[in-house]
Amino acid sequence: MKSLRWPIGAATRVNDMKAILTVAGRELAGLFGSPLAWLLIAAVQAILGYLFLAQVDAFLKVQPSLAATAGAPGVTDLIIGPYFTNAAAVLLVVAPFLGMRTISEELRSGSFSLLRSAPLGNTQITIGKYLGLYLFYLAVALLLALPPLLLQTGTDLDLGKFAAVLLGLMLLLSLFASAGVFASSLTPQPGLAATITFALLFVLWILDWAGNHTPQASQALAHLSSFSHFRNLSTGLVDTHDLAYFALISIAFLGLTVRQLEAQRLQR
Amino acid sequence: MDELIRVEHLCRDYGDQRAVVDLSFRLHRGEILGLLGPNGAGKTSTLQMITGNLAPSAGRIVVAGHDLLDRPRKAKRNIGYLPETPPLHNDMPVAGFLRYCARLHEIPRRRCHRAVSSAMERCGLADAGDRLIGNLSKGYRQRVGIAQAIVHEPDVVVLDEPTVGLDPIQIREIRQLIRDLGKDRGVILSTHILPEVQATCNRVQIIHNGSLILSKGTDQINDRLAASTLVARFNRAPDTLTLSTLPGISGVEQFGDNRYRLLFDPDHHPGEAVVKAAAANDWGLYELYPERRTLEQMFLRLTGADLSDEVTPVADRRSHPR
Repeated sequence: MKSLRWPIGAATRVNDMKAILTVAGRELAGLFGSPLAWLLIAAVQAILGYLFLAQVDAFLKVQPSLAATAGAPGVTDLIIGPYFTNAAAVLLVVAPFLGMRTISEELRSGSFSLLRSAPLGNTQITIGKYLGLYLFYLAVALLLALPPLLLQTGTDLDLGKFAAVLLGLMLLLSLFASAGVFASSLTPQPGLAATITFALLFVLWILDWAGNHTPQASQALAHLSSFSHFRNLSTGLVDTHDLAYFALISIAFLGLTVRQLEAQRLQR
Repeated sequence: MDELIRVEHLCRDYGDQRAVVDLSFRLHRGEILGLLGPNGAGKTSTLQMITGNLAPSAGRIVVAGHDLLDRPRKAKRNIGYLPETPPLHNDMPVAGFLRYCARLHEIPRRRCHRAVSSAMERCGLADAGDRLIGNLSKGYRQRVGIAQAIVHEPDVVVLDEPTVGLDPIQIREIRQLIRDLGKDRGVILSTHILPEVQATCNRVQIIHNGSLILSKGTDQINDRLAASTLVARFNRAPDTLTLSTLPGISGVEQFGDNRYRLLFDPDHHPGEAVVKAAAANDWGLYELYPERRTLEQMFLRLTGADLSDEVTPVADRRSHPR
């Protein structure tokens, strides 16, 4: 409501952008400076490297019979798709630990009042925090995209499908980042924030499992489940429906974060 | 004088409890205002509201002509705030952290370097720029906290208990820094250490249970505290009637064995007369000293606490949990 009264001039918008980038830059620097983040990246990279090798191995075993079948799935379907699905599942576990500190650490140490006293609104703070975390997640996603690209040296990948799966992972990570920022705004205890994030992400991920046996209910749940939308993208199907899902859920979490920050200022 | 802060009928409730009740005051350029009060009096809540960290339940706050609730960002540009715990990032070096603060306060990138080095200079951090904040001592952390509050050259500097936990030398340095800041801007500081107010502030407001119970210039307070009684002890005491007839004495109270409190009219100091009479009548005067009321006593009286002769120094009671 207050924002409507602000003059929405060009200068304000430039200042908004600068404020957001300042907050995001600080967040990113904090993540890159933390040993925990590097440790988690290394762990993720090792686990997925191993899974990737296993996937390639399995493919090589079935390759002769595949070659004999007409219209059989190719490398991209059998390796890249499952690889990124694994990556999504591993990141589902790891992302909460990367995102838990964004706001809650600042609430705990008291440094959050630096942001509150500065001339920027809760929206800028939230977007800045989200952006910093998301850029870090994107760096992780790009690292994870490297091993499958190596296959390009020995075979022809379906680069269109590859791009679709990578896009799917990036969108999923946007959801992870926004949920992480939201959970982090709820409590001054990073550990609790990580737990909440994981619970949120996991429930969203498995939501469509429940309705597998009752077709009516499952439709609604499948619409809400992050996995069912990611699955479409991981098979190379880019649908605005799925893109909108990730965008909407991310925005919803960010909106809740802004509300939460506002509520803390009002604290009864 | 330039009005920097106007607070009107400020209220803040936490549930049923009123932390701040109908508080109004102003701050002008060149003033150092000390908010004084026992723990839990509502000082921190007041400062948090002025700096936009806490939403008021009712009332109006205007900072440098901008209403804090209507135009929070314009208002906040003119404020620097040091909360009770300095808002620091332990993983950053001092200079990098201050640059970040300057950027948050919309200082253009090209002016950041100058702003940061001048803030570090003023706070005695000139040689600590590369040190990691997490490795700094308490005193240095407090300095970084103050540097953070002044790096964007705000008109108003708000400091919440700036000298808590510092050693005497550091306290003196910080007080000097605050006096310097007060020359060309407005400073509000909260404290429950009474001498601090007398040493640094030129205006005092005492807050108790969320309301303002006294607002005075430090000079006026010092006048009020000026001695208007003498305490005398005699070996062979005369009766009070004899004493009260001495010139200049307007009242006599006996307390203790041979101790008398002599009240007098400020224009006629009776010291000489008392000594002469004592010598002439062989009263055996062996103690005579002016009784100066301390700010502590005044504070305790205003806040309704005990006012006996034995005054508990308030400074010793500061470790009360909130």
